[in-house]
Amino acid sequence: MSGLVAIGSFAAGMLGALTGLGGGMIIVPMLTLAFGVDIRYAIGASLVSVIATSSGAAAAYVREGYTNIRIGMFLEVATTVGAVGGAFIAGLISTSAIAVIFSLVLAYSAFRSLRPRAEHSIDGPPDKWATRLRMDGTYPTAAGKQPYTVHNVPTGFSLMFAAGILSGLLGIGSGAVKVLAMDQAMRLPFKVSTTTSNFMIGVTAAASAGVYLHRGYIDPVIAFPVMLGVLAGALTGARVLAGAKVPALRAVFTAVIVFLAIEMAYKGLRGGI
Amino acid sequence: MSDPVWRTGRWSDEHVELFIGNLLRWGVIVAAFVTAAGGILFLSLHGGSIADYRVFRGQPDSLKSVTGVAQSAFRRNPEALIQFGILLLIATPIARVALSLLAFLKQHDHVYVVVTAIVLGVLLYSLIGV
Repeated sequence: MSGLVAIGSFAAGMLGALTGLGGGMIIVPMLTLAFGVDIRYAIGASLVSVIATSSGAAAAYVREGYTNIRIGMFLEVATTVGAVGGAFIAGLISTSAIAVIFSLVLAYSAFRSLRPRAEHSIDGPPDKWATRLRMDGTYPTAAGKQPYTVHNVPTGFSLMFAAGILSGLLGIGSGAVKVLAMDQAMRLPFKVSTTTSNFMIGVTAAASAGVYLHRGYIDPVIAFPVMLGVLAGALTGARVLAGAKVPALRAVFTAVIVFLAIEMAYKGLRGGI
Repeated sequence: MSDPVWRTGRWSDEHVELFIGNLLRWGVIVAAFVTAAGGILFLSLHGGSIADYRVFRGQPDSLKSVTGVAQSAFRRNPEALIQFGILLLIATPIARVALSLLAFLKQHDHVYVVVTAIVLGVLLYSLIGV
């Protein structure tokens, strides 16, 4: 079983890296639907793999100089508190309810991935919180360092709290919600929001992983092939990224997510999970 | 690996970020090796025997706490060795936040010292469990 789980996790990690949508979203459905693993063990293993890919990718991002550590750290107050809360909620509600919520998040992520991200204007007066918290920064472009301002900090903070709860409840990176908060609400440039979001995902997942560990939800025998498989897949994906047909892959990934969403909802509602 | 920031004495955002990037990468590499060693040991001992994970049983106490895992990992218990690797992995982003706290302290950025201390507090509360 370990070998098959490792192969599946490798594929998930590679698809996640190639499409930029994260592999965590496929790990939990794969373990519960294909391998019949209890969803609590599946979420524990997924959280571990999310930390691995986030930390592994961060080294490369940091060198490019896009991550805004102040924005990231401030929003992490919301995501870590939310993540610990989400991990506690996971212990209170039924596994069927978790499966249904998971399917809704999958469906939403599929919907988001079909809509192209539109770059917003990055000028305009900044939010008073952004100024007080010194969040405005610069990012490197072809034309030199480009300054940007940050907007709607309270909205972004609230959305991040929701992203944290989902991360702790479902064992995913909640990339879709984080992008919503930083692209749409706070209007950060893409490169800044993507890299800052990646930086936050590892810290957020670490916040709920502790609670899962104490609960006995992290099983070493399930977690090790998932962690190593996803990590190897993500690293391979990042290497071949240059020559990949990304739009075609995104379509495949979205189709897989829609299928998994239906399957999770069906099994969850019938009490099969 | 770039020189540790405490040796160079350069605490600007850029230097700290670069050092943190390396810290994260090495943290993941070490954690992956420890986990893989535990996994190989486990497979060599248990081979093809398949446990039933359809039923949730939780984990023994020795695999549920930081001290329990650390103690059993050195008694050649493969599962505890894997769990120790996973603990190292969880510790990597926590170390990153701790280092950021140090950097904000050195920069006398009081607002972010408080912000970062809250994040670190939540992480430690979750991992150690109060």
